[in-house]
Amino acid sequence: MEGDEEVLRELRSGREEAYERLLRSEGARMLAVARRLLQNEEEARDAVQEAFISAFRSIGRFEGGCRISTWLHRIVVNSALMKLRGRKRRPEEPIEHLLPRFRDDGHQVEHPSLDWHASADVLVERREVRELVRGSIERLPETYRNVLILRDIEELTTEEAAKLLGITANAVKIRLHRARQALRTLLDPHLRGHQA
Amino acid sequence: MSADPTRPSHVPTCEEVLTFLWAYLDGELEETKRQEFDYHLSRCESCTAYLETYKTTIALERAAASHEGTAPDELPDELVEAVLAAVRGPRS
Repeated sequence: MEGDEEVLRELRSGREEAYERLLRSEGARMLAVARRLLQNEEEARDAVQEAFISAFRSIGRFEGGCRISTWLHRIVVNSALMKLRGRKRRPEEPIEHLLPRFRDDGHQVEHPSLDWHASADVLVERREVRELVRGSIERLPETYRNVLILRDIEELTTEEAAKLLGITANAVKIRLHRARQALRTLLDPHLRGHQA
Repeated sequence: MSADPTRPSHVPTCEEVLTFLWAYLDGELEETKRQEFDYHLSRCESCTAYLETYKTTIALERAAASHEGTAPDELPDELVEAVLAAVRGPRS
């Protein structure tokens, strides 16, 4: 965001115009973040609303160690995760059937010898591929989906994700790997032999 | 036939390579282990294909999220108003 210092000064002075400008410049992106995590429009809007209110009320405590947009992003992520924690937990589906399988000698059971024949840059130009990827991410069990979204899409560090999720950094690394493996398995039958 | 001089004393299995692929990609393996993984990958088509599609999966996640479909152009007005009203507080 342009002129973070000026924006911060205006926000700290409590000018409503400054609040509104930040809401309008960053709000849509923040709503997209909350939607990805919550997959529920009403909850996503609530999470963003609560996050902005919390951010504006605590703007005096913002130390300026990062961009305002980064700080806001972390508050929105936290707000969405709190909503997830508040949901009634259902037993998660196992993920093992989406992970690679091995014979006793350690070789792969399946042979993914076919490449996907096109780079991500080419594949993502196709609407059906983008929808396939988004739909496949939604199919992942929540425990794995959250880590994948926080690390790969929202680009939090391992340590940031671990802190927000209340798990160890090592657990984040392992869950992320398994989530990517599961996603790869879900995409594989659709993208095998996909010609550019 | 002469022995392969580049062959490390331990050659990891596909299971070991795919289980610790994250550490290999993140540069978290110690040098000896990384060389063992390199050796396996240079001779295993299955694991090489897996590695490539794994990396493509990560790139697709990011690219799909950055394209249209999840982001509205603007925050809904009622949400903007609700935040401003809450921050403004009750007016006497």
